[in-house]
This record gives sequence, structure tokens and C-alpha cells, in this order.
Amino acid sequence: MVTKQRKKFPFYIVVFLAPAVIIYTIIMIYPLLASLGLSFFSRTSDNQYVFAGFSNYVTLFTDSFYMPRILGALKNNVIFSLIHLVIQNAIALLLAALVASKGRLRNFYRTVIFMPTVLSFVIIGFVWNLILNPLWGVSESILQAVNLGYLFKPWLGLPDTALITVSLISVWQFMGIPMILLYASLIGIPEELMEAANVDGANGWQSFWKIKFPLLLPTVGVVMILTFVGNFNAFDLIYTMKGANAGPEFATDILGTLFYRTFFGQQLQLGNINMGATVAAVMFLIILTGVLFYVFFWQRRVQNYEM
Amino acid sequence: MRKYKVFALMLVLVLAFAACTPANTPANAPAEDAPMDDAPAGEEVTITIESWRNDDLTIWQDTIIPAFEAHYPNINVVFAPGTPAEYNGVLNTKLEGGSAGDLITCRPFDASLALYEKGYLANLNDIEGLSNFSDVAKSAWITDDGQEVFCVPMASVIHGFFYNKDAFNEVGVEEPQTVQEFFDVLEAIKADGTYIPLAMGTADTWEAATMGFQNIGPNYWKGEEGRTALIAGDQKYTDDAYVETWKQLAAWRDFMPDGFEAVKYPDAQQLFTLGKAAIYPTGSWEIFTFEKDASFELGVFKPPVENAGDTCYISDHTDIAMGMNAATQHPEAVKTFLEWMTTEEFASLYSNALPGFFTLSDHNVSLTDPLAQEFMNWRNECESTIRNSYAILSRGEPNLENELWRLSAAVINGSVTPEEAAAEIQAGLDSWYEPAK
Amino acid sequence: MSKANRTLKKIKHQGGRIVPHLILITYMVIALFPILLILINSFKNRASIFNSPFSLPNAETFSLVGFETVFGRADFERYFLNSSIVTLASLLFTLLIGAAAAYALTEYKFKGSTFLSIYMAIGIMIPIRLGTVGILQLMVRFGLVNQLLSLILVYVAMNLPMTIFILSNFFQQVPVELKSAARLDGASEYQIFGLVIPLVRPALGAIGIFTMIPIWNDLWFPLILAPGTKTATITLGVQQFLGQFVSDWNAVLASLTMAMVPILILYLFFSKQMVRSITAGAIK
Repeated sequence: MVTKQRKKFPFYIVVFLAPAVIIYTIIMIYPLLASLGLSFFSRTSDNQYVFAGFSNYVTLFTDSFYMPRILGALKNNVIFSLIHLVIQNAIALLLAALVASKGRLRNFYRTVIFMPTVLSFVIIGFVWNLILNPLWGVSESILQAVNLGYLFKPWLGLPDTALITVSLISVWQFMGIPMILLYASLIGIPEELMEAANVDGANGWQSFWKIKFPLLLPTVGVVMILTFVGNFNAFDLIYTMKGANAGPEFATDILGTLFYRTFFGQQLQLGNINMGATVAAVMFLIILTGVLFYVFFWQRRVQNYEM
Repeated sequence: MRKYKVFALMLVLVLAFAACTPANTPANAPAEDAPMDDAPAGEEVTITIESWRNDDLTIWQDTIIPAFEAHYPNINVVFAPGTPAEYNGVLNTKLEGGSAGDLITCRPFDASLALYEKGYLANLNDIEGLSNFSDVAKSAWITDDGQEVFCVPMASVIHGFFYNKDAFNEVGVEEPQTVQEFFDVLEAIKADGTYIPLAMGTADTWEAATMGFQNIGPNYWKGEEGRTALIAGDQKYTDDAYVETWKQLAAWRDFMPDGFEAVKYPDAQQLFTLGKAAIYPTGSWEIFTFEKDASFELGVFKPPVENAGDTCYISDHTDIAMGMNAATQHPEAVKTFLEWMTTEEFASLYSNALPGFFTLSDHNVSLTDPLAQEFMNWRNECESTIRNSYAILSRGEPNLENELWRLSAAVINGSVTPEEAAAEIQAGLDSWYEPAK
Repeated sequence: MSKANRTLKKIKHQGGRIVPHLILITYMVIALFPILLILINSFKNRASIFNSPFSLPNAETFSLVGFETVFGRADFERYFLNSSIVTLASLLFTLLIGAAAAYALTEYKFKGSTFLSIYMAIGIMIPIRLGTVGILQLMVRFGLVNQLLSLILVYVAMNLPMTIFILSNFFQQVPVELKSAARLDGASEYQIFGLVIPLVRPALGAIGIFTMIPIWNDLWFPLILAPGTKTATITLGVQQFLGQFVSDWNAVLASLTMAMVPILILYLFFSKQMVRSITAGAIK
């Protein structure tokens, strides 16, 4: 679309945009949208694809087999995301503020806090399975050391606690990203502003909320929307730790695992690419709604606020 | 500014590094690809095997492929396994994308049948060596009308129980024959307290179904009799035979390790091979790892029967086969390889290199591994069957096998009763399956 | 937010300089503990991994058997090289192309620029695995299967949305006066871009790091696009190799360590670069 408008366009804008738009369109958008289109088709018994309108969507939300799965996955995904939005981002803000204010050691702290984010899902899945494993007894002996041994349960295996446990592991893993974004934004705030505030007699606490936080708002918005997008598109950690069936009894099933299981199949279950694409389309619509809300509502308001 | 230059310099280096890549790789690639694409007959060709068995990499590289290449020096075989969990998804994608290898390792029943029906797997009726396989052996890789074979059967696995002989001696118990004896042994071990009676967890859910339900169940539903009756619609999962199986599973709970809900498959393996648990319900495929890792004497016993002297049934499950990518550039070389896979030489090499994977051919192979031989002997003492969810019944949604995993684990966890599990499984099956009348 | 609120309040009341350090150190322990656990235990024998996971390896329990197994069987040097090439090249192109696009999208308001911004974000709203078949078919058509370039292309495309999304935000925070002053001086738009780039270096560093990580750790696309032994990345190599030794925790822990250490080193290196650019940016 950029090339079409080239005549009206300053050439440099095309130069800036063309490489990204071209690579992204060919390698991401084209394959993704082509596959997304499969959600409007269904397969007949003789392996032909026929146009099916919205019938796959109707099936997904009414069929006695699919309905509990999609609703369960939605519910779990909301819980999974809320835990991140609240716990992860609050701790990240606290850590970023502390790290940004600590002179000499701040690079050290920042580096270490980010480390879990560097590790692969395989490693994280493996090590937390060990730590929380009743046989290895790591967490049990830690609890026993503070006389809380009776609190220990096989959290990852119980339907009531599995989702929360996995969510917290994911919070632990991704803490570095919001932390570092907020940190990068915090240290970008000109010193003069803070000095002026100090002259006015504001203490650290007041100056943080009155001066720094408003300036952080655009980044807070980015962090929130990235958390939302990332978590409604999450898959790997749960897949690594609990498998594509997201047990026990679908307690950890989120949209990403439901999509994978439906699209690619699982053990004896054959992949159903049409229903899989339908699940993906639902994920797309949810995330798109969030992003549009962010772009047209949050971003505009924040900009106005700044002015 | 100086620091910025350092960063820029580094990026330039990276760029140069990256620029070498596309230049390097094609330079390497033709060496591997070129003879493959346009080789006249008789010239060297390379054929690639797709597999999920990354465990067997060294066995193929060191034993099986050299033996084949000794006969056919012009055919190079590359064993290129992926990861087991992703195999089905990755293979389907590669077949659709046109980059899959020449030989395809086949999962049993519907997964491979679907590939054949889509035209990705070739018809193998003209492989002469297939006459070395019984109809039962071929049943997992044949069209429903029994006419077209699309994979050469490789191996089956047999379910049973491993136990720690030292532990049995210490506690003073013996291999159980009946269900009552089995629970007496478990009680005795539990009372002794040195060992965890049963090394098993439900975190991965499949153990509960595969190593639990399908392991002990055939004695309840009388093997093939029950399995075919389910397909014909004459029996239902709500029948006593199936509910009783789940009841026994539920009773295992008291003998499993603390926190078994979060114990995964490798955890249970560790527990057993480190000598902390006495009995491990599983299948013959463990022989290889257990003999490597366990520092005590291993024993095996078959699933216990109701009353002493009852006919015993074992799950002798057709598990793995090899097919031909219909789009292969080298059909002749691939067929040569498949033909060789039907020979006694291959049967013997494979079954001995991988103790616990038993050839499905009629060749009389002698096994050097005593435990493998013991499993194999059960074929003569008991009636063989396969897992009852694999053929035909797992074609619809909800998928029966997935449901068995989930609900068998839930039965052991105690979150559903055996009766509830049975009702849910049958309701799921009824929602799409109509037995042919 | 209320939790942070309360904690911060507490800090204020105690007014000490120790409390912030205490909080940071506590979190540091939480962050490091699992990593250390893997490192420590990869040097121990199997029984003591199981029996006393906390203890450091001593003369009796020290064992390199895991590493011996791993080194004996897998071509780690090649895997490492492949991973490095793919990661660094993807990173470079993502940052270069992404920064230019993000700049254009924030700096110039033209018809359809909002639409284009949203269009460029679609990529992170759909599970990437959905497009696998299409991507593989493209690569087969280009003849790029089993070549590292196919991975680089996919990763660049995959990471552009996030890069553009984040960078756009940072470009917005660059003072307008700076750019208008440069324009008055007759600078070209490319020169102004060059002028603005150093100002968002902290963000570039941050994006660089978290673009790099998923690329290094990805298993799916190497499995699909470049599974050959010559092009295997370290994550694929370790994963394929793990199958044989699932029950051999020495080998598992050793190979996990092998996969973990390079990316940690790479991270520390980049992190140092990032610190430099951040401090340079802050001082100006």
C-alpha cells in the first residue's frame, strides 16, 4: 500500500518503511492471514475444503465438546493475564524504581533480576518442576526450614492450584521485561526536573508519584498492553510444564494450548486445521480489541494529559 | 560518541558474520543435496528417515544403517529424528510444505491412515517381504477394508510391571499372580516402610491411561474379545469390566508416592532406578534405560489376574512402523530399504539393539536380553491384545485416547469416581461414534 | 499497584537506605536460586542430585559424567555457531529495519499511518504457529530449507511488530524542539533520524536483549525449517539429544547448563553494551 501512494508520498518515508513492511507482509501476514481464512472452511469426508461461513465459530461456542473447552480456556486465560497485569507489573515498577535510584549497584541488580528472562522454557519448566516436585523435596525443605512444612502441597498437580502456580512461574520468568522497560524510561527523565522538585522541598516519595510517574505513563501503557498481548498469546511455558493437554483436567488450559491441540492434534487426536484456525481467530479478535482500545483510547488520553 | 562507535563496529562485525552465512550454507548444501536430486539409476543416493525416536539415534547410526549400507553401498541412509511431543505436528507441516524426508516413521492406526488418505504416504502392497507379517501385525497400518498396506510394521511393546528384586527379598514377598496377591505385596512393602510401593505419578496423565488402565485392563475385558466388542458397540465403557479396571487403579493411590499428583514420568523413573521404590507399572520399552540406570537386580511380572489359573491377557501393542513419503525423489532406494526392513537380519538387529521393542515379523528371533526374553515368553502364556482406544474409536471429537488420559488420572487422583469416569468416557464416545451394525 | 504503593510507603517511613537494598537482594535470591540449582547439580552424581539437591558438589559427589556424555555425543561447537549467527543477524536486521519503520510511523503523520501502525502489530496478535505451513511453503519455494537464512528471515519478521511497537513509544518521547531545530539548520530527514537514534539507545538495548532471547531459545522453527545436523541450533541440538537421556539427570542437567551458559554470557555482554549506551544517553 505504501508503493501505491508513492506519488503523493515523500520518498524518504517509503525508504524508512519499505524494508519492514515488505519482509513482514511476505513472511508473517501472508501466511498468517491465509491460515486464518481456513476458519471459514470445513473439510468434507473426501478431503475437500468447502466454504462454511461462520459455522465453525458457532460450533466453537455451542458444541457440547468445544464449548466447555473454549470457555474454560478463556476463563483460565483471564486469570493468567490478571496475575501478570497486577502482580508482575506492580513488582516490576517497584524494582525499576529501586534499581534506578541505587547508584553504584544498580547495574548489578538490574542484570541479575533480568536473568530468568534469558532462560529457555525448557530450562524453566525443568527446574521449576524439580523445585516444586514432592520427590525432590526442594520447596518442602525450604518450608520446613521456616516451620511451614505443613503448607507444602504438590501445587503443580492439583486442579485448584496448578494455574496459579504456572502463572507465578511465568511472572518470575518475564519480570525482567516490564522492569527494564520502566527502568529505561525512568532513567531517561531529565535530572533537572528532579532537581527542581527537590528545591521545592518534595521528598523522594512525593517526587516519584508527582513528577516521575506521570512521565512514565506512556511506558506503563506499553507495559500493560504488551502484558495483555503476550499473555493472551502465551503457550510455551504451559506446554512445556503441563503438555498440550494442559492438565490436571484442563486446569491450566489457555487459548494457546487449546489452539495448538486443536490445530496440530495430540497423540491419537488428529489435527483439525479449520477449528484450530477458528480458535486462533478468536485469540486474534480478543487481542485486536485490546490493542485498538489502547491505540484509540489510552494512547490518545495519555498524550493529551502530557500536553 | 566513542562508545557509540564501539557499538557500531560490533554491529558491522555481526553484519559481516551474517553475510557469510548465506554464502556458506549453499556452498555446503549442494555437497549433500546435489547427488540426491538428479542421480541416474545406480548412482549414490541419500535417503532420510523422519522419526520421533531420538532415543534411538545412536542405534541407527552405529548398528542398523551400517548393516544396511553393507548390502547396498550406493544408498546412504540418514536417520533424522525430531522431538517426540512435536512429531505429529512437525511431520504434517513438513509433508504439506514439501520438505519431509523420504522414509516416514509411522504412528499406529489413524494418524498414519490419515496421512495415507491425504496422499502423503505411498501404497506398499508391492513390498514382497510383507508376507513375513501376520494380519494382526499389519492391522495398525492398513486401510479399513484390509486391502492397502502403507507402512512396514517394525515393533510392538508389551505392558507389565518391573520390580526391584532386592526390595522384594528384603521385604520377603514374591511376584504376585493374582490381584489379591498384588495388593498383599503392596501392603507388605508399605508396612515395611523402606520403599515406596508403586513408583508412579499422574502429572503427565498418560501414565495413568497407558501404564495403568491399558496395562491391567485386558485381564478384565478379556483382551481382543472386549476390544472388538467395544468397536461393535456390544460393550460399553460403563460395563463392569471397565469400571472394575478403574476401581483397581483408584486403589493404587494409597501406594503411590506423596504428592504423586505432581510426579512426572521421569521423576517416577528416577524413583525406581535409584532404588527408592519397589514396583513400577510400565512396559517393555523401559528395559534399555532401566538396565543402564538401576543398580539392583530387575524383575518383571505380568498384569495380575483375578483368580489363580485364569487365562491371562497382555497388551502387546503394535507401536511403530515405517512408510514411504509419496513425494520422495528416490522411490526405488526407499523400497529397497523397506524391503530390507522385512528381513530376518533387520528383525534380529532391531529387537536386540532395542530390547523391549519386539519385532512384529514371523521370523524366529532369539533375544540376548533376559528381561526382553521374559516379556516375549508371555506371548506364549497369555492372549495378546492391543490398547482398546487405538483402532477406530479415537477418530472423533472428543478424542477417546485424550479422554482416557485425563479421566484415568482423575480417577487415581480421586477427583472423579470410577463410575463417573466411565459414564463420561462413554458419553463422549456416544456423541460421535456409531458402531457399524 | 497498591502492593507497590504500600511497600514504598513503608520504605519512606523507615527512611533507611537499607530497605531498598533488602528488597532488591531478596528478589535477587528468588531470581538466581533456580539457576544456581541447575548449575550446582549438573556437577554432581545422580544419587546426590536426588538425595541432597542443596549441597555443593564435594569430593564424593562431584561428577562430570553428565558433561562427558554430552560432549561425547553432540556437536556443540557447530550448534553454538549456528545459534550465534542466527541470533545476531536477526537482531541486527530487526533493530535496523524496525527502528526506521518505528521512526517513520511516529514522526510523520500521513493518510493511513494509524492503520499501518496497527497493521504492523497484527503479527503479535495471532499465534505464530498458525502460519507454519505457509512459511515453510514459502521457504521451500525460495529454496531456503535447511539454511540459516530461512530462520533469520522468520525471526526478523516475527520480531518487527514488538520492536516497532515499543520503539514508537520511545520516539514519541523525543523532544520536538530538537527535530525542528535540526530541520531549520537544513538537515535531511535521514540525518535527523541519525540524530534521534542515540536518544533512544536505552530502548534499543532493551529491545535487543529481549528480541535475542526468544530467538536463541526457539525450538519450533529450527525443527521445521532447519532440522539438518549442519544447521541445528543449540536449543534444537540439546532438545533432540535430551530424548536419549530423559532418565539420566546428569546428562539432562549438563545439557541444560550447556544451553544456558552461552545465552547468559551473551546477555551479560549485551547488557554491558546497554549499560554503556544508557549512561551515555543519560549524560548526553
